[in-house]
Amino acid sequence: MGAGQLPAGGVRGGFLVDTGRARAVESRTGARDGENPRVNDEHDTHDLPGPSLWPIGFAIGVACVLIGLVISIPVLIVGAVVALVFGFLWVRDLFVSRPVTAAAAGLPDVAPEADLGDNVDRATFLSLATIGVSGLIGAGVTLPALGFGVLPSFMGEGVDTFDVDLGPISNFPEGQYVIATYLESPEQGEVSRRTAFIRNNGRTDDGVPSFTTIFSRCAHLGCPVQPNGPIDEEAKKDVNGVELRPVLAASFGCPCHGGLYDSEGNRMAGPPVRSLDRYEFSIKDGNLVLGRLFSVGTVQGVGASAKIMKYYKAYPGVHVDGIERWLYPIPTPGSTS
Amino acid sequence: MATKTSRKHSLADAALIPLDWTEERSGLVGYTKWFLFRKVPHDISWAQTLGAASLTAFIVQATTGVFLAMYYKPDPSNAYSSIQNITEELTLGWLVRGMHKWGASVFIILMFLHMARVFLFGAYKYPRELNWILGALILVSGMAEGFTGYLLPWDNTAYWATVVGININATGPFVGPFLAQFLQGGLMIGPDTLPKFYALHMLVLPGAIMALIGLHLYLVVRLGVTSPPWSKTAAGRERGPEAGAREGLIREPATEGDSA
Repeated sequence: MGAGQLPAGGVRGGFLVDTGRARAVESRTGARDGENPRVNDEHDTHDLPGPSLWPIGFAIGVACVLIGLVISIPVLIVGAVVALVFGFLWVRDLFVSRPVTAAAAGLPDVAPEADLGDNVDRATFLSLATIGVSGLIGAGVTLPALGFGVLPSFMGEGVDTFDVDLGPISNFPEGQYVIATYLESPEQGEVSRRTAFIRNNGRTDDGVPSFTTIFSRCAHLGCPVQPNGPIDEEAKKDVNGVELRPVLAASFGCPCHGGLYDSEGNRMAGPPVRSLDRYEFSIKDGNLVLGRLFSVGTVQGVGASAKIMKYYKAYPGVHVDGIERWLYPIPTPGSTS
Repeated sequence: MATKTSRKHSLADAALIPLDWTEERSGLVGYTKWFLFRKVPHDISWAQTLGAASLTAFIVQATTGVFLAMYYKPDPSNAYSSIQNITEELTLGWLVRGMHKWGASVFIILMFLHMARVFLFGAYKYPRELNWILGALILVSGMAEGFTGYLLPWDNTAYWATVVGININATGPFVGPFLAQFLQGGLMIGPDTLPKFYALHMLVLPGAIMALIGLHLYLVVRLGVTSPPWSKTAAGRERGPEAGAREGLIREPATEGDSA
Protein backbone atom coordinates (compact mmCIF):
# COMPACT_ATOMS: atom_id res chain seq x y z
CA MET A 1 0.00 0.00 0.00
CA GLY A 2 1.63 3.24 -1.05
CA ALA A 3 0.61 6.83 -1.25
CA GLY A 4 -0.02 6.20 -4.91
CA GLN A 5 -3.06 4.21 -3.97
CA LEU A 6 -4.94 7.11 -2.52
CA PRO A 7 -8.19 7.37 -4.40
CA ALA A 8 -7.63 10.12 -6.93
CA GLY A 9 -9.08 13.36 -5.59
CA GLY A 10 -10.69 11.44 -2.76
CA VAL A 11 -8.57 12.92 0.00
CA ARG A 12 -8.60 16.67 0.42
CA GLY A 13 -5.15 18.11 0.19
CA GLY A 14 -3.65 14.70 -0.34
CA PHE A 15 -0.56 14.26 -2.42
CA LEU A 16 0.04 11.73 -5.08
CA VAL A 17 3.72 11.38 -4.38
CA ASP A 18 4.58 8.50 -6.66
CA THR A 19 6.99 10.04 -9.11
CA GLY A 20 5.88 7.58 -11.73
CA ARG A 21 9.41 6.55 -12.60
CA ALA A 22 9.95 3.33 -10.72
CA ARG A 23 7.67 1.26 -12.89
CA ALA A 24 9.29 2.26 -16.16
CA VAL A 25 10.84 -1.14 -16.67
CA GLU A 26 7.77 -3.31 -16.47
CA SER A 27 4.98 -1.02 -17.49
CA ARG A 28 4.85 0.95 -20.68
CA THR A 29 1.21 1.81 -20.25
CA GLY A 30 1.86 4.33 -17.51
CA ALA A 31 -0.80 2.82 -15.31
CA ARG A 32 -0.37 3.78 -11.67
CA ASP A 33 -0.46 1.15 -8.97
CA GLY A 34 -3.75 2.40 -7.65
CA GLU A 35 -5.25 2.67 -11.10
CA ASN A 36 -4.29 -0.80 -12.12
CA PRO A 37 -7.44 -2.14 -13.75
CA ARG A 38 -6.83 -5.59 -12.30
CA VAL A 39 -7.25 -4.31 -8.77
CA ASN A 40 -10.89 -3.87 -8.00
CA ASP A 41 -11.55 -1.55 -5.09
CA GLU A 42 -14.86 -3.17 -4.27
CA HIS A 43 -13.25 -6.54 -4.26
CA ASP A 44 -10.60 -5.24 -1.88
CA THR A 45 -13.00 -3.93 0.71
CA HIS A 46 -14.97 -7.14 0.86
CA ASP A 47 -11.87 -9.12 1.60
CA LEU A 48 -11.37 -7.27 4.86
CA PRO A 49 -12.97 -8.97 7.85
CA GLY A 50 -15.20 -6.88 10.06
CA PRO A 51 -13.90 -5.39 13.28
CA SER A 52 -13.25 -8.08 15.82
CA LEU A 53 -12.27 -8.35 19.47
CA TRP A 54 -10.30 -11.56 18.94
CA PRO A 55 -7.00 -9.82 18.10
CA ILE A 56 -7.19 -7.90 21.37
CA GLY A 57 -7.69 -11.11 23.32
CA PHE A 58 -4.82 -12.64 21.38
CA ALA A 59 -2.60 -9.68 22.24
CA ILE A 60 -3.52 -9.95 25.92
CA GLY A 61 -2.63 -13.64 25.81
CA VAL A 62 0.74 -12.91 24.25
CA ALA A 63 1.37 -10.21 26.86
CA CYS A 64 0.55 -12.74 29.61
CA VAL A 65 3.04 -15.18 28.07
CA LEU A 66 5.77 -12.55 28.11
CA ILE A 67 4.99 -11.48 31.67
CA GLY A 68 4.71 -15.12 32.70
CA LEU A 69 8.20 -15.80 31.40
CA VAL A 70 9.44 -13.33 33.95
CA ILE A 71 7.08 -13.88 36.86
CA SER A 72 5.75 -17.38 36.99
CA ILE A 73 4.98 -20.46 34.95
CA PRO A 74 1.19 -20.52 35.74
CA VAL A 75 0.76 -17.04 34.27
CA LEU A 76 2.66 -18.23 31.22
CA ILE A 77 0.36 -21.23 30.78
CA VAL A 78 -2.79 -19.13 31.21
CA GLY A 79 -1.42 -16.64 28.70
CA ALA A 80 -0.60 -19.38 26.21
CA VAL A 81 -4.11 -20.84 26.50
CA VAL A 82 -5.71 -17.42 26.09
CA ALA A 83 -3.51 -16.63 23.09
CA LEU A 84 -4.25 -19.98 21.46
CA VAL A 85 -8.02 -19.73 21.97
CA PHE A 86 -8.28 -16.17 20.73
CA GLY A 87 -5.83 -16.83 17.95
CA PHE A 88 -7.98 -19.76 16.79
CA LEU A 89 -11.14 -17.65 16.94
CA TRP A 90 -9.42 -14.85 15.03
CA VAL A 91 -8.16 -17.14 12.28
CA ARG A 92 -11.59 -18.81 12.06
CA ASP A 93 -13.16 -15.37 11.69
CA LEU A 94 -10.85 -14.58 8.81
CA PHE A 95 -11.89 -17.76 7.04
CA VAL A 96 -15.59 -17.38 7.74
CA SER A 97 -15.58 -13.95 6.13
CA ARG A 98 -14.39 -15.49 2.84
CA PRO A 99 -17.79 -16.71 1.57
CA VAL A 100 -18.98 -13.10 1.50
CA THR A 101 -16.24 -12.39 -1.02
CA ALA A 102 -17.27 -15.24 -3.23
CA ALA A 103 -20.88 -14.16 -3.20
CA ALA A 104 -20.07 -10.50 -3.83
CA ALA A 105 -17.77 -11.40 -6.68
CA GLY A 106 -20.63 -13.09 -8.42
CA LEU A 107 -19.36 -16.62 -7.95
CA PRO A 108 -21.93 -19.37 -7.59
CA ASP A 109 -23.68 -19.00 -4.29
CA VAL A 110 -23.01 -21.58 -1.63
CA ALA A 111 -25.13 -22.65 1.25
CA PRO A 112 -23.91 -21.19 4.55
CA GLU A 113 -23.84 -24.66 6.12
CA ALA A 114 -21.52 -25.98 3.46
CA ASP A 115 -18.10 -27.23 4.44
CA LEU A 116 -15.60 -24.38 4.91
CA GLY A 117 -13.17 -25.93 2.44
CA ASP A 118 -15.64 -25.58 -0.41
CA ASN A 119 -15.66 -21.82 -0.05
CA VAL A 120 -11.92 -21.32 -0.29
CA ASP A 121 -10.85 -21.58 -3.87
CA ARG A 122 -7.71 -23.40 -4.85
CA ALA A 123 -5.48 -20.37 -5.38
CA THR A 124 -6.51 -18.77 -2.09
CA PHE A 125 -5.96 -22.00 -0.23
CA LEU A 126 -2.54 -22.51 -1.76
CA SER A 127 -1.37 -18.98 -1.04
CA LEU A 128 -2.69 -19.10 2.53
CA ALA A 129 -1.07 -22.48 3.04
CA THR A 130 2.24 -21.19 1.66
CA ILE A 131 2.14 -18.16 3.90
CA GLY A 132 1.16 -20.30 6.87
CA VAL A 133 3.89 -22.89 6.36
CA SER A 134 6.50 -20.20 5.72
CA GLY A 135 5.38 -18.44 8.88
CA LEU A 136 5.68 -21.66 10.87
CA ILE A 137 9.18 -22.29 9.54
CA GLY A 138 10.14 -18.69 10.23
CA ALA A 139 8.79 -18.88 13.77
CA GLY A 140 10.51 -22.21 14.30
CA VAL A 141 13.83 -20.63 13.50
CA THR A 142 13.34 -17.19 15.03
CA LEU A 143 11.70 -18.00 18.36
CA PRO A 144 14.38 -20.40 19.69
CA ALA A 145 17.14 -18.03 18.55
CA LEU A 146 15.49 -15.01 20.13
CA GLY A 147 14.69 -16.99 23.25
CA PHE A 148 18.30 -18.10 23.56
CA GLY A 149 19.49 -14.54 23.02
CA VAL A 150 17.23 -12.90 25.54
CA LEU A 151 15.76 -15.34 28.07
CA PRO A 152 18.91 -16.46 29.96
CA SER A 153 19.23 -12.93 31.27
CA PHE A 154 15.67 -13.00 32.55
CA MET A 155 16.10 -16.34 34.31
CA GLY A 156 18.93 -15.11 36.50
CA GLU A 157 21.44 -17.29 34.66
CA GLY A 158 25.02 -16.10 34.89
CA VAL A 159 24.28 -14.61 38.30
CA ASP A 160 26.48 -16.80 40.46
CA THR A 161 27.13 -16.22 44.11
CA PHE A 162 30.64 -16.95 45.22
CA ASP A 163 31.58 -17.34 48.85
CA VAL A 164 34.88 -15.60 49.38
CA ASP A 165 37.19 -16.44 52.24
CA LEU A 166 38.94 -13.29 53.48
CA GLY A 167 41.16 -15.11 55.96
CA PRO A 168 41.35 -15.13 59.78
CA ILE A 169 39.29 -12.52 61.56
CA SER A 170 42.37 -11.60 63.56
CA ASN A 171 43.48 -9.64 60.48
CA PHE A 172 40.62 -7.22 61.07
CA PRO A 173 41.42 -4.84 63.96
CA GLU A 174 38.36 -3.89 65.96
CA GLY A 175 36.77 -0.57 65.10
CA GLN A 176 38.81 0.05 61.95
CA TYR A 177 37.94 -0.35 58.30
CA VAL A 178 40.02 -2.65 56.11
CA ILE A 179 39.95 -2.46 52.32
CA ALA A 180 39.71 -6.02 51.05
CA THR A 181 40.40 -6.55 47.34
CA TYR A 182 39.85 -10.03 45.97
CA LEU A 183 38.88 -12.10 42.94
CA GLU A 184 35.31 -13.27 43.26
CA SER A 185 36.03 -16.15 40.91
CA PRO A 186 39.63 -17.05 40.01
CA GLU A 187 38.38 -18.81 36.83
CA GLN A 188 36.81 -15.59 35.59
CA GLY A 189 39.98 -13.67 36.34
CA GLU A 190 40.42 -9.93 36.73
CA VAL A 191 36.91 -9.18 35.51
CA SER A 192 35.62 -10.51 38.84
CA ARG A 193 37.87 -8.34 41.01
CA ARG A 194 35.82 -6.74 43.78
CA THR A 195 36.52 -4.45 46.69
CA ALA A 196 34.87 -4.58 50.10
CA PHE A 197 35.20 -2.34 53.15
CA ILE A 198 35.22 -4.51 56.27
CA ARG A 199 35.04 -3.26 59.84
CA ASN A 200 35.22 -5.52 62.84
CA ASN A 201 32.62 -4.29 65.34
CA GLY A 202 33.61 -6.68 68.10
CA ARG A 203 30.64 -8.56 69.47
CA THR A 204 26.98 -7.76 69.72
CA ASP A 205 25.16 -7.72 73.06
CA ASP A 206 24.37 -11.41 72.43
CA GLY A 207 28.06 -12.20 72.07
CA VAL A 208 27.88 -12.79 68.29
CA PRO A 209 30.79 -11.46 66.23
CA SER A 210 29.73 -8.40 64.26
CA PHE A 211 31.22 -7.06 61.02
CA THR A 212 30.24 -4.16 58.84
CA THR A 213 30.74 -5.48 55.29
CA ILE A 214 30.26 -2.76 52.70
CA PHE A 215 30.48 -3.36 48.95
CA SER A 216 32.49 -0.69 47.16
CA ARG A 217 30.12 0.01 44.27
CA CYS A 218 28.25 3.30 44.55
CA ALA A 219 24.49 3.14 44.98
CA HIS A 220 24.15 5.85 42.37
CA LEU A 221 25.53 4.29 39.17
CA GLY A 222 28.05 1.70 40.32
CA CYS A 223 31.34 3.59 40.34
CA PRO A 224 34.06 2.50 42.80
CA VAL A 225 33.52 4.31 46.11
CA GLN A 226 36.69 5.33 47.98
CA PRO A 227 37.18 5.55 51.75
CA ASN A 228 37.87 9.12 52.80
CA GLY A 229 40.92 8.77 55.00
CA PRO A 230 44.56 7.73 54.97
CA ILE A 231 45.37 4.17 53.93
CA ASP A 232 47.99 2.44 56.07
CA GLU A 233 50.05 0.96 53.21
CA GLU A 234 52.67 -0.25 55.72
CA ALA A 235 50.18 -2.66 57.25
CA LYS A 236 49.15 -4.12 53.88
CA LYS A 237 48.66 -7.88 53.94
CA ASP A 238 48.12 -10.50 51.31
CA VAL A 239 46.09 -13.43 52.59
CA ASN A 240 45.66 -16.13 49.92
CA GLY A 241 45.28 -13.60 47.14
CA VAL A 242 43.10 -11.25 49.18
CA GLU A 243 44.73 -7.87 49.64
CA LEU A 244 43.98 -6.22 52.99
CA ARG A 245 44.80 -2.56 53.65
CA PRO A 246 43.71 -0.86 56.89
CA VAL A 247 42.23 2.62 56.42
CA LEU A 248 40.98 5.36 58.69
CA ALA A 249 37.65 5.96 56.99
CA ALA A 250 35.23 8.42 58.53
CA SER A 251 33.16 8.47 55.34
CA PHE A 252 33.06 7.14 51.78
CA GLY A 253 33.04 9.23 48.62
CA CYS A 254 32.42 8.43 45.00
CA PRO A 255 34.75 10.08 42.47
CA CYS A 256 32.31 9.90 39.55
CA HIS A 257 29.41 12.11 40.58
CA GLY A 258 30.17 13.16 44.14
CA GLY A 259 28.08 10.74 46.16
CA LEU A 260 29.00 10.87 49.85
CA TYR A 261 28.28 8.24 52.51
CA ASP A 262 28.89 8.18 56.26
CA SER A 263 30.89 5.49 58.03
CA GLU A 264 27.87 3.16 58.08
CA GLY A 265 27.26 3.57 54.36
CA ASN A 266 24.27 5.91 54.72
CA ARG A 267 23.93 8.49 52.00
CA MET A 268 24.93 11.93 53.25
CA ALA A 269 25.10 13.94 50.02
CA GLY A 270 25.01 13.67 46.25
CA PRO A 271 22.92 11.61 43.86
CA PRO A 272 22.78 8.10 45.45
CA VAL A 273 19.25 6.85 46.13
CA ARG A 274 20.03 4.51 49.00
CA SER A 275 22.84 3.35 51.29
CA LEU A 276 25.83 1.33 50.15
CA ASP A 277 25.18 -2.36 49.49
CA ARG A 278 26.47 -4.95 51.97
CA TYR A 279 27.45 -8.61 52.04
CA GLU A 280 25.98 -11.36 54.11
CA PHE A 281 28.85 -12.91 56.02
CA SER A 282 29.67 -15.91 58.12
CA ILE A 283 32.61 -17.09 60.15
CA LYS A 284 33.94 -20.51 59.30
CA ASP A 285 36.92 -21.98 61.17
CA GLY A 286 37.85 -18.53 62.40
CA ASN A 287 37.84 -17.10 58.87
CA LEU A 288 35.58 -14.31 57.66
CA VAL A 289 33.58 -15.50 54.65
CA LEU A 290 31.62 -13.08 52.47
CA GLY A 291 28.37 -14.38 50.98
CA ARG A 292 25.90 -12.81 48.63
CA LEU A 293 25.17 -9.12 48.29
CA PHE A 294 22.08 -7.34 49.51
CA SER A 295 20.88 -3.79 49.23
CA VAL A 296 20.33 -1.46 52.13
CA GLY A 297 17.69 1.21 52.56
CA THR A 298 19.11 2.97 55.61
CA VAL A 299 21.18 2.03 58.61
CA GLN A 300 20.14 3.25 62.06
CA GLY A 301 22.71 3.19 64.80
CA VAL A 302 26.37 2.39 64.57
CA GLY A 303 28.51 -0.72 64.46
CA ALA A 304 27.35 -3.81 66.31
CA SER A 305 24.05 -2.27 67.41
CA ALA A 306 23.12 -0.92 63.96
CA LYS A 307 19.70 -1.69 62.54
CA ILE A 308 20.01 -2.40 58.82
CA MET A 309 17.07 -2.14 56.42
CA LYS A 310 17.82 -5.12 54.20
CA TYR A 311 16.43 -5.68 50.68
CA TYR A 312 17.19 -7.95 47.73
CA LYS A 313 20.24 -6.85 45.79
CA ALA A 314 19.11 -4.14 43.42
CA TYR A 315 20.95 -2.37 40.65
CA PRO A 316 22.64 0.92 41.52
CA GLY A 317 20.27 3.81 41.07
CA VAL A 318 17.26 1.65 41.84
CA HIS A 319 15.16 2.66 44.83
CA VAL A 320 14.54 -0.04 47.41
CA ASP A 321 12.34 1.97 49.75
CA GLY A 322 9.99 4.91 49.63
CA ILE A 323 7.27 5.38 47.05
CA GLU A 324 9.76 5.11 44.18
CA ARG A 325 10.26 1.41 44.84
CA TRP A 326 6.94 0.80 43.06
CA LEU A 327 8.77 1.63 39.84
CA TYR A 328 10.74 -1.60 40.30
CA PRO A 329 8.15 -4.19 41.31
CA ILE A 330 10.02 -7.33 40.24
CA PRO A 331 13.21 -8.35 42.05
CA THR A 332 16.23 -8.62 39.78
CA PRO A 333 16.60 -12.22 38.57
CA GLY A 334 19.28 -13.99 40.52
CA SER A 335 19.20 -11.58 43.45
CA THR A 336 16.67 -13.63 45.39
CA SER A 337 18.16 -17.10 45.07
CA MET B 1 42.80 11.88 -38.03
CA ALA B 2 40.71 8.95 -38.99
CA THR B 3 42.87 6.49 -37.10
CA LYS B 4 42.82 8.69 -34.02
CA THR B 5 39.03 8.83 -34.01
CA SER B 6 38.63 5.14 -34.51
CA ARG B 7 41.10 4.43 -31.71
CA LYS B 8 39.07 6.68 -29.48
CA HIS B 9 36.00 4.75 -30.50
CA SER B 10 37.56 1.41 -29.77
CA LEU B 11 38.70 2.67 -26.39
CA ALA B 12 35.20 3.81 -25.60
CA ASP B 13 33.92 0.46 -26.77
CA ALA B 14 36.35 -1.37 -24.54
CA ALA B 15 34.99 0.54 -21.56
CA LEU B 16 31.39 0.16 -22.61
CA ILE B 17 31.37 -3.52 -23.55
CA PRO B 18 31.39 -4.85 -19.97
CA LEU B 19 28.84 -2.22 -18.97
CA ASP B 20 26.59 -3.16 -21.88
CA TRP B 21 27.06 -6.82 -21.09
CA THR B 22 25.93 -6.21 -17.49
CA GLU B 23 23.13 -3.90 -18.53
CA GLU B 24 21.70 -6.38 -21.00
CA ARG B 25 21.59 -9.13 -18.40
CA SER B 26 20.57 -7.19 -15.29
CA GLY B 27 19.47 -3.66 -16.13
CA LEU B 28 21.68 -2.58 -13.24
CA VAL B 29 23.54 0.15 -15.13
CA GLY B 30 20.36 1.87 -16.16
CA TYR B 31 18.96 1.53 -12.70
CA THR B 32 22.10 2.97 -11.12
CA LYS B 33 22.00 5.89 -13.55
CA TRP B 34 18.36 6.44 -12.75
CA PHE B 35 19.16 6.33 -9.01
CA LEU B 36 22.11 8.72 -9.22
CA PHE B 37 20.68 11.22 -11.71
CA ARG B 38 17.30 11.84 -10.16
CA LYS B 39 15.80 15.28 -10.53
CA VAL B 40 16.13 17.55 -7.53
CA PRO B 41 14.90 21.11 -6.93
CA HIS B 42 17.17 23.64 -8.62
CA ASP B 43 17.71 25.65 -5.43
CA ILE B 44 19.16 23.00 -3.17
CA SER B 45 22.60 23.56 -1.66
CA TRP B 46 25.35 21.84 0.30
CA ALA B 47 22.92 21.54 3.21
CA GLN B 48 21.18 18.70 1.37
CA THR B 49 24.40 16.68 1.20
CA LEU B 50 24.54 15.99 4.95
CA GLY B 51 22.53 12.80 4.57
CA ALA B 52 24.93 11.44 1.97
CA ALA B 53 27.79 12.52 4.23
CA SER B 54 26.30 10.54 7.13
CA LEU B 55 25.97 7.53 4.84
CA THR B 56 29.61 7.89 3.84
CA ALA B 57 30.63 8.07 7.50
CA PHE B 58 28.69 4.88 8.16
CA ILE B 59 30.36 3.13 5.23
CA VAL B 60 33.75 4.18 6.63
CA GLN B 61 32.78 2.69 10.00
CA ALA B 62 31.58 -0.53 8.42
CA THR B 63 34.69 -0.94 6.27
CA THR B 64 37.25 -0.17 8.96
CA GLY B 65 35.24 -2.22 11.46
CA VAL B 66 35.39 -5.32 9.27
CA PHE B 67 39.19 -5.23 9.24
CA LEU B 68 39.50 -4.39 12.94
CA ALA B 69 37.30 -7.42 13.65
CA MET B 70 39.95 -9.63 12.06
CA TYR B 71 42.47 -8.75 14.77
CA TYR B 72 40.33 -7.93 17.80
CA LYS B 73 39.81 -10.64 20.43
CA PRO B 74 36.58 -10.18 22.37
CA ASP B 75 37.38 -11.83 25.67
CA PRO B 76 38.40 -10.15 28.91
CA SER B 77 41.93 -11.53 29.08
CA ASN B 78 42.92 -10.70 25.47
CA ALA B 79 40.87 -7.68 24.45
CA TYR B 80 43.20 -4.96 25.72
CA SER B 81 46.36 -6.59 24.39
CA SER B 82 44.76 -7.21 20.99
CA ILE B 83 43.89 -3.50 20.78
CA GLN B 84 47.48 -2.67 21.66
CA ASN B 85 48.65 -5.06 18.97
CA ILE B 86 46.41 -3.38 16.40
CA THR B 87 47.56 0.10 17.38
CA GLU B 88 51.26 -0.48 17.88
CA GLU B 89 52.36 -3.55 15.94
CA LEU B 90 50.28 -4.08 12.82
CA THR B 91 51.06 -2.06 9.69
CA LEU B 92 48.59 0.83 9.36
CA GLY B 93 46.64 -0.56 12.32
CA TRP B 94 46.92 2.77 14.12
CA LEU B 95 45.36 4.48 11.09
CA VAL B 96 42.43 2.12 10.65
CA ARG B 97 41.69 2.07 14.36
CA GLY B 98 41.95 5.85 14.43
CA MET B 99 39.55 6.13 11.50
CA HIS B 100 37.09 3.87 13.30
CA LYS B 101 37.42 5.66 16.63
CA TRP B 102 37.22 9.23 15.34
CA GLY B 103 34.87 8.30 12.52
CA ALA B 104 32.37 7.18 15.14
CA SER B 105 32.11 10.75 16.42
CA VAL B 106 31.97 12.08 12.86
CA PHE B 107 29.07 9.72 12.10
CA ILE B 108 27.07 10.87 15.13
CA ILE B 109 27.82 14.57 14.51
CA LEU B 110 26.84 14.31 10.83
CA MET B 111 23.59 12.57 11.75
CA PHE B 112 22.75 15.41 14.13
CA LEU B 113 23.61 18.04 11.49
CA HIS B 114 21.50 16.18 8.93
CA MET B 115 18.66 16.02 11.44
CA ALA B 116 19.00 19.75 12.12
CA ARG B 117 18.83 20.49 8.39
CA VAL B 118 15.71 18.37 7.98
CA PHE B 119 14.11 19.98 11.02
CA LEU B 120 14.93 23.58 10.11
CA PHE B 121 13.89 23.11 6.47
CA GLY B 122 10.61 21.52 7.52
CA ALA B 123 11.53 18.50 5.43
CA TYR B 124 10.04 16.14 8.02
CA LYS B 125 6.51 17.30 7.18
CA TYR B 126 3.92 15.48 5.13
CA PRO B 127 4.50 13.18 3.35
CA ARG B 128 7.92 12.51 4.90
CA GLU B 129 6.96 11.81 8.54
CA LEU B 130 7.83 8.15 8.20
CA ASN B 131 11.30 9.01 6.96
CA TRP B 132 11.86 11.20 10.03
CA ILE B 133 10.90 8.25 12.21
CA LEU B 134 13.27 5.95 10.33
CA GLY B 135 16.01 8.54 10.69
CA ALA B 136 15.39 8.77 14.42
CA LEU B 137 15.73 4.98 14.66
CA ILE B 138 19.03 5.16 12.75
CA LEU B 139 20.23 7.81 15.20
CA VAL B 140 19.30 5.64 18.20
CA SER B 141 20.97 2.60 16.64
CA GLY B 142 24.04 4.69 15.89
CA MET B 143 24.25 5.83 19.49
CA ALA B 144 23.83 2.22 20.63
CA GLU B 145 26.79 1.44 18.38
CA GLY B 146 28.73 4.11 20.23
CA PHE B 147 27.73 2.67 23.60
CA THR B 148 28.61 -0.93 22.74
CA GLY B 149 31.81 0.06 20.93
CA TYR B 150 33.04 2.08 23.88
CA LEU B 151 33.50 -1.04 26.02
CA LEU B 152 35.62 -2.91 23.47
CA PRO B 153 39.07 -1.37 24.26
CA TRP B 154 38.57 -2.88 27.74
CA ASP B 155 40.61 -0.27 29.59
CA ASN B 156 39.53 1.46 32.78
CA THR B 157 37.71 4.24 30.94
CA ALA B 158 35.79 1.70 28.90
CA TYR B 159 35.00 -0.48 31.89
CA TRP B 160 33.72 2.19 34.28
CA ALA B 161 31.93 4.20 31.60
CA THR B 162 30.06 1.06 30.64
CA VAL B 163 29.31 0.26 34.30
CA VAL B 164 27.70 3.68 34.57
CA GLY B 165 25.93 3.34 31.20
CA ILE B 166 24.47 -0.06 32.05
CA ASN B 167 23.35 1.14 35.46
CA ILE B 168 21.65 4.16 33.90
CA ASN B 169 19.71 1.62 31.82
CA ALA B 170 18.93 -0.25 35.03
CA THR B 171 17.18 2.77 36.54
CA GLY B 172 14.46 2.64 33.87
CA PRO B 173 11.11 1.94 35.52
CA PHE B 174 9.85 -1.68 35.45
CA VAL B 175 12.08 -3.00 32.64
CA GLY B 176 15.34 -1.25 33.56
CA PRO B 177 16.84 -4.02 35.72
CA PHE B 178 16.05 -6.63 33.07
CA LEU B 179 17.62 -4.51 30.36
CA ALA B 180 20.78 -4.16 32.45
CA GLN B 181 20.77 -7.89 33.13
CA PHE B 182 20.44 -8.57 29.40
CA LEU B 183 23.25 -6.18 28.51
CA GLN B 184 25.83 -7.56 30.92
CA GLY B 185 24.58 -11.13 31.36
CA GLY B 186 24.60 -10.97 35.13
CA LEU B 187 24.38 -8.61 38.08
CA MET B 188 27.68 -6.97 37.20
CA ILE B 189 29.97 -6.82 34.20
CA GLY B 190 31.41 -10.30 33.86
CA PRO B 191 33.10 -12.58 31.34
CA ASP B 192 29.98 -12.69 29.12
CA THR B 193 29.59 -8.94 28.82
CA LEU B 194 32.40 -8.21 26.38
CA PRO B 195 31.47 -10.88 23.77
CA LYS B 196 27.84 -9.79 24.01
CA PHE B 197 28.69 -6.14 23.41
CA TYR B 198 30.97 -7.21 20.57
CA ALA B 199 28.21 -9.22 18.88
CA LEU B 200 25.75 -6.36 19.29
CA HIS B 201 28.34 -3.88 18.02
CA MET B 202 29.42 -5.72 14.89
CA LEU B 203 26.42 -7.87 13.93
CA VAL B 204 23.08 -6.85 15.38
CA LEU B 205 23.28 -3.07 15.28
CA PRO B 206 25.07 -2.68 11.93
CA GLY B 207 22.52 -5.04 10.39
CA ALA B 208 19.71 -2.96 11.83
CA ILE B 209 21.31 0.27 10.62
CA MET B 210 21.82 -1.10 7.10
CA ALA B 211 18.21 -2.20 6.87
CA LEU B 212 17.02 1.16 8.19
CA ILE B 213 19.27 3.07 5.78
CA GLY B 214 17.82 1.00 2.93
CA LEU B 215 14.28 1.97 3.88
CA HIS B 216 15.36 5.57 4.50
CA LEU B 217 16.90 5.83 1.02
CA TYR B 218 13.92 4.14 -0.58
CA LEU B 219 11.68 6.85 0.84
CA VAL B 220 14.12 9.59 -0.18
CA VAL B 221 14.02 8.32 -3.76
CA ARG B 222 10.27 7.82 -3.73
CA LEU B 223 9.39 11.17 -2.20
CA GLY B 224 12.18 13.26 -3.68
CA VAL B 225 14.27 16.02 -2.17
CA THR B 226 12.51 18.94 -0.51
CA SER B 227 12.84 22.49 -1.75
CA PRO B 228 14.26 24.88 0.80
CA PRO B 229 11.60 26.86 2.67
CA TRP B 230 12.70 30.09 0.96
CA SER B 231 12.27 28.61 -2.50
CA LYS B 232 10.54 31.01 -4.91
CA THR B 233 9.37 28.25 -7.19
CA ALA B 234 6.67 25.99 -5.90
CA ALA B 235 8.17 22.58 -6.30
CA GLY B 236 4.91 20.86 -5.58
CA ARG B 237 2.76 19.33 -8.24
CA GLU B 238 0.10 21.47 -9.87
CA ARG B 239 -3.24 20.78 -8.36
CA GLY B 240 -6.72 22.09 -8.39
CA PRO B 241 -8.10 24.59 -5.92
CA GLU B 242 -9.80 21.82 -3.93
CA ALA B 243 -6.48 20.17 -3.09
CA GLY B 244 -5.54 22.74 -0.48
CA ALA B 245 -2.44 24.84 -0.21
CA ARG B 246 0.23 22.37 0.73
CA GLU B 247 2.83 23.40 -1.76
CA GLY B 248 6.56 23.67 -1.84
CA LEU B 249 7.25 20.32 -0.24
CA ILE B 250 7.32 18.04 -3.24
CA ARG B 251 9.65 18.34 -6.14
CA GLU B 252 8.27 18.59 -9.63
CA PRO B 253 7.69 15.00 -10.67
CA ALA B 254 8.99 13.73 -13.92
CA THR B 255 6.48 14.06 -16.70
CA GLU B 256 4.72 10.88 -17.67
CA GLY B 257 6.26 10.72 -21.11
CA ASP B 258 9.95 10.42 -20.33
CA SER B 259 10.04 7.00 -18.78
CA ALA B 260 13.00 5.37 -20.41
